[in-house]
Amino acid sequence: MVNRVLVGAHYGLRDWLMQRVTAVVMLVVTLVFAAFFLTHPSLQFEDWQGFFSYQAVRVLTLLFFLSLFLHAWVGVRDILMDYIQPVGIRLTLQVAVIVALVSYALWTVSILWRV
Amino acid sequence: MSNPSVSVKKRPKHLELWKIRLPVPGIVSILHRVSGAVMFLVLIPLLLTLLDNSLASQESFEDLRFQLGSPLVKLVVLGLAWSFLHHFFAGIRYLLLDLHIGIDLPTTRLWSKAVLVVSGILTLLVAVALW
Repeated sequence: MVNRVLVGAHYGLRDWLMQRVTAVVMLVVTLVFAAFFLTHPSLQFEDWQGFFSYQAVRVLTLLFFLSLFLHAWVGVRDILMDYIQPVGIRLTLQVAVIVALVSYALWTVSILWRV
Repeated sequence: MSNPSVSVKKRPKHLELWKIRLPVPGIVSILHRVSGAVMFLVLIPLLLTLLDNSLASQESFEDLRFQLGSPLVKLVVLGLAWSFLHHFFAGIRYLLLDLHIGIDLPTTRLWSKAVLVVSGILTLLVAVALW
């Protein structure tokens, strides 16, 4: 009898964990922002800009968006693997998703640390 | 050679989606996926546009406030609000399931219904706040 070990790409557990860690990060930051919005019912530009003048708020926001992009990558990749069977099309779409998410990440940084 | 007298059981070649009756946790699961896909396609670029314009200048901030007055925009915001709320509460349920909380059948059905009801009620509150 041959003990055949079928090996995969070994990203299963890592992605499973990443999906949960990023979810918890987004959960916490969402509650912070929900608290801000609930305490500022008629939000004015000065309050909003003032809030983002804190470095901590910028870092927290960036952390949220980076978590969001990683979370979106795992989720969208799973959807593409489930529904798009032709390898060429799937690969093209996956690359398009990566390019979009990396662009979004750069955009986020440029918004938060605008000169 | 094929023998015409032998009746071959016809197997379905395509899933008839409208005949599938999902249990409540299954409905929550597929909606989690649908809402996630919608948010990737629409909410992420929209959220970044909002963040960009709301922080750029006083004028662009007021422009956003004006645009939110349009009924069509309100409808899109409401749809995205539901996507977020459903994904949020269904996601919390999955985190709890990972911790082996609420995995027996009656509890998981109850919490699945709770996810649908709570996200539905909060979406209604968003609608009230919008209009």
